[in-house]
Amino acid sequence: MQVYLDNASGTKVLPEVLDYMTPFMREHYGNPQSMHSWGDYAREAMDEARDRVAQLIGGHAEEIIFTSSGTESNNMAIKGLARAQEPKGRHIVISAIEHFSVMHSAKTMQKLGFDVTQVPVDRYGMVDPDEVARSIRKDTVLVSVMHANGEVGTIQPIQEIAKVVKDAGVVFHTDAVATAGTIPVNVNEIGVDALSLAGNQMYGPRGSGALWVRDGVRIIPFLDGGVQEGGKRAGTEDVPAIVGLSKASELAVSNIRFRMEQQSKLRDILIRELPKRIDHVVLTGHPSNRLPGNASFCIEFIEGEAMLMFLSEEGIAVSSGSACTSKALKASHVLTAMGIAPEIAQGSLLFTMGLDNTEADISYALDTLPPIVDRLRQMSPLYSKFQKEQKGGR
Amino acid sequence: MAVYSDTVMDHFKNPRNVGEIEDADGIGEVGNPVCGDMMTFHIKVDDNRISDVKFKTFGCGAAIAVSSIVSEMAMNKTLDEVRKITPGQVAEELGGLPKNKHHCSNLGAQALNKAVDDYLRKQGIEVETQEGGNGEDE
Repeated sequence: MQVYLDNASGTKVLPEVLDYMTPFMREHYGNPQSMHSWGDYAREAMDEARDRVAQLIGGHAEEIIFTSSGTESNNMAIKGLARAQEPKGRHIVISAIEHFSVMHSAKTMQKLGFDVTQVPVDRYGMVDPDEVARSIRKDTVLVSVMHANGEVGTIQPIQEIAKVVKDAGVVFHTDAVATAGTIPVNVNEIGVDALSLAGNQMYGPRGSGALWVRDGVRIIPFLDGGVQEGGKRAGTEDVPAIVGLSKASELAVSNIRFRMEQQSKLRDILIRELPKRIDHVVLTGHPSNRLPGNASFCIEFIEGEAMLMFLSEEGIAVSSGSACTSKALKASHVLTAMGIAPEIAQGSLLFTMGLDNTEADISYALDTLPPIVDRLRQMSPLYSKFQKEQKGGR
Repeated sequence: MAVYSDTVMDHFKNPRNVGEIEDADGIGEVGNPVCGDMMTFHIKVDDNRISDVKFKTFGCGAAIAVSSIVSEMAMNKTLDEVRKITPGQVAEELGGLPKNKHHCSNLGAQALNKAVDDYLRKQGIEVETQEGGNGEDE
């Protein structure tokens, strides 16, 4: 049995999306900037795409800047929004659990002389709006807090955060890569000034993303060159990716309730059943304010990569935030920021459900994991120590 | 290409000599759960030779495979021979390790050496603690 439970790392591309994209590679390959019929066709398709992506988040078409990824959108937002306001001040506020594309962009700004404050999170990965309010200074020019964290699933009280930022008169950006297309996102209801999204988390193509920037908010271009994207993002437009993103957005808008219901159901089964089958399991992230398809755990006394590899042998794909799984050999900064002890974080295991998953998939995972955990625990010196202590204690 | 070699996968999936020896002659423990890997080696020594070896490991696939192959490499070797096992040899026996996993092969050689140290100490023989096992190879 082959079961893909790693949708946070990338979803499949829906057939409707792929079918919609293909003609733009085969026949309609004109450059949208060209003044002939090929160009007209591509430009019209792109205009329509801009409309649809804007509709996904309740914004205006002209506020959408197409990018190559969520990473690019976040880079552009942090660097471009901060730099545009440099005369006002040089202080940026982010949360401690942001994606690396926000974290490292902020770090780059730090090297350029900006001050960066990281707002902590609680043990569920929640940002406290009051903490955000307290971190804002006279020279703060940008606050960026992600809408939801794809690794632990926690959805932030984003409206309340936006409110305190707005009250302070500061520009607010949110990374909505984990939420746009997954749960309802509306820029006006949230009250943000800029928002990042990407296609590869909502059944669109990789290499597609967008940054929405509210009309009137200044941003410095990230790529200099031609006049594409209103001069804000130069480079010949990737029309197939753009229309693919728009198709994925359109499908998300019409199916979002169904998707949420289907994925929450699977998530809840996993969260309910796993601790019944394995002892010493910790659910990470918020127990109720969490993404529909996200079930993340730490399994004590063993390490995540080893579990992941055994699961892979059985046809199950998951991911882990353990130090050993990361190339840099550092435990996930998200789990660390949540105050999870390093040895517990080592047992991180993340299941993320998608459209194709069924209850049978979840049952298979629930049946497959316990013997693997058992096997690794039998091998673990931590577990034998724990068992000896238990015996000694009695 | 897969991240790990076939040999690594084999030792990871079917680790040899897992366990503890109740009346071990020497015990070596390295690493800690905080830094990600932890290994314990138990050895029995007969006539200056390793007559039995068992390990337990908390760690990734590479750490488990390293422990397993180190236990095989040590079995029936003299203590002098065991001292000469280097992290480089461990990695080589495994058909190579990804660059960021080389520290696992250091840990394996270190844990085994610590078990030998422990045995010698119990025999009343002075040993200097060999911090880096047989030297870090990174």
